[in-house]
Amino acid sequence: MTSTRTRRTRSQKTIEEYLLSEQQLEDMYYYMLLSRRLNERMLALNRQGRAPFVIAGAGQEAAQVGAAMALQKGTDYLAPYYRDLGMNLVLGMTAREAMLNLLAKRDDPNSFGRQMPSHWGNSARRIVTQSSVVTTQLVHAAGIGLAAKMRKDPIVVLTCCGEGSTSRGDFHEALNFAAIHKLPVIFYVQNNGYAITSRTDKEMPLENVADRARGYGIQSAMVDGMDCIAVYQTVKPAIDQARRGGGPYLIEAKCYRLWPHSSDDDDTRYRPKAELEEWTKKDPVTTFRDRVVSEGVFPAEDLQEIEKRVEEEVREAAQWALMQPDPAPEDALGFVYKEL
Amino acid sequence: MPEMRMRDALREALREEMLRDETVFLMGEDIGAYGGSYAVTKGLLEEFGEERVKDTPIAESGIVGVGIGAAMAGLRPMVELMTINFSFLALDQIVNSAAKLYHMSNGQINVPMVVRMASGGGSQLAATHSHSLEGLYAHFPGLKVVCPSSPADAKGLLKRAFRDDNTVIFIEHTANYGLKGDVPDDPDFLIEFGQANVLREGSDVTLVGYSGSVHQATRAAVMLQEQEGISAEVIDLRTLRPLDIDTVIRSVQKTNRAVIVEDDWKFGGFAGELSAQIMERAFDWLDAPVARVCGKDVPMPYNRNLEFAALPSEEDVVEAVLAMF
Ligand SMILES: Cc1ncc(C[n+]2csc(CCOP(=O)(O)OP(=O)(O)O)c2C)c(N)n1
Ligand SMILES: [Mg+2]
Repeated sequence: MTSTRTRRTRSQKTIEEYLLSEQQLEDMYYYMLLSRRLNERMLALNRQGRAPFVIAGAGQEAAQVGAAMALQKGTDYLAPYYRDLGMNLVLGMTAREAMLNLLAKRDDPNSFGRQMPSHWGNSARRIVTQSSVVTTQLVHAAGIGLAAKMRKDPIVVLTCCGEGSTSRGDFHEALNFAAIHKLPVIFYVQNNGYAITSRTDKEMPLENVADRARGYGIQSAMVDGMDCIAVYQTVKPAIDQARRGGGPYLIEAKCYRLWPHSSDDDDTRYRPKAELEEWTKKDPVTTFRDRVVSEGVFPAEDLQEIEKRVEEEVREAAQWALMQPDPAPEDALGFVYKEL
Repeated sequence: MPEMRMRDALREALREEMLRDETVFLMGEDIGAYGGSYAVTKGLLEEFGEERVKDTPIAESGIVGVGIGAAMAGLRPMVELMTINFSFLALDQIVNSAAKLYHMSNGQINVPMVVRMASGGGSQLAATHSHSLEGLYAHFPGLKVVCPSSPADAKGLLKRAFRDDNTVIFIEHTANYGLKGDVPDDPDFLIEFGQANVLREGSDVTLVGYSGSVHQATRAAVMLQEQEGISAEVIDLRTLRPLDIDTVIRSVQKTNRAVIVEDDWKFGGFAGELSAQIMERAFDWLDAPVARVCGKDVPMPYNRNLEFAALPSEEDVVEAVLAMF
């Protein structure tokens, strides 16, 4: 993202303390906001009957954008999960592509409308396609890490899941395998407090997923997943270390699912209202804005320009995508086998 | 007889069996406060408490394995899996343990467990939520496989499942949950396994289906009658294991033609088994080769256009029948 507008005063000192460049900070806000606004528009399209299914990342933007920004674009691999819109945007997905994906249009670069929305996959961006079956991508990530190690390719794999998914065997098998072989894999768990309707305390007796790392002999960290800067500062050194051969890392980002599980879910049936209100105060997008403005990093006017641009991008993308063609029925049977 | 939807009939069956037998308990993801992905267990946590309605972590293999253990120890667990696709994570427990322990222990240990799961396409849930793989489970000796097509059958068969001493795989088509029908409220209402249901009598062709495909077959039978003057008999198998092949054979001996309708893939599917059995027992009565109308050979796509193209339709059934005359 490049900006052409005139510069206003920014506090260089604070930016240095963040260990980030001015551009990176601007990108953080842009991608978090773009992710949120896209999700909002998607939900609106769902309510209008134009999109059968939405599963969103609201509340997890900081966790996603901060982590993805620590990757080397086009070099490192991402084995994401369905909430990772923010990560995909950082790695190059456009607003238009996100809308094509939602609407299962012919030109959706992820899957031609074959998969449900938010099942990402783009080989040029090194984002690997995943099944809806949760946690399966973690084992694939270990395999990608194994291939990288065997080829002496200095890449890193970032793979994501929710805290609920860490109950599945694949989580444990992936961590153990990656630990034995010291694979360059970052297991990134976005702990958003719920697995559909089950609160974390019903899913495991530990408070922290990160504590599970000890059982596999790998390093772990916990980070405030509502704080994009802290996320970047935590994930970046782990990625650097893995690239140098330091082995896998388990990082738990503590965040919160601000919305229902999906457009099919009614969270009022199981979520206390007061809890939601409490977490809404920690909204990663608005708290980032408040912080950078109050610390003098960006004047509010600069952020308003980003906000205007994002609004326009999202509006345009939705309008455009709705007009795009659906896949044709005669193409339903394609790509079952790869032909020689 | 009260009228209710299939999801409510299933819930009534669970309630009645839990009231009748205190060893019955339920486990599954989001089945408690939420009432399950398809609202089948709604209200049961409130009525029976956490001891008997357990929300579990996301761990399909684990919860089926725990169910097997509890069943070996004398309880009657029901495990709910969100979809048949996710049951593959528990396939080892189901196939290598639940189905085989009775035999491997030389009759010492049996596994009286009910495993419920949703199947079927048409709801835009794509390749890892929508398949119809009843026939896969029917392949394994040691399992009973039940696939109801109506609210009354759902209730009678599910209640019967809790009185079986084997593992029963109980498969519910997602498109059937909202179906309405009259359901007996007699707590002793049971439907025996291995009894196919002749839904519609006919003389020219036999249409065989189960679960979701019964409804395509029935719609096709109406179209055939109205548009072509062809009289089709429709048979709902209700259970694939045990299989009521006698009812199918009797029908084919009368109509001399058989079309099997199934959402599942054709290659290696249950329709092939049924076709072979018809051939073995009624070859001399057949005026045409047995036909199979099945899902297309592709993972279920999400986009509506693509999903329609992948699923069998009643028009496909009509076409297959017309080709026999
Ligand atoms: C193996 C498997 N079981 C069940 C599901 C249904 N399911 C979809 S998302 C989900 C909850 C996952 O929770 P978590 O890992 O915490 O991720 P979150 O959705 O909260 O981000 C479940 C149970 C599934 N997709 N795969
Ligand atoms: Mg979660």
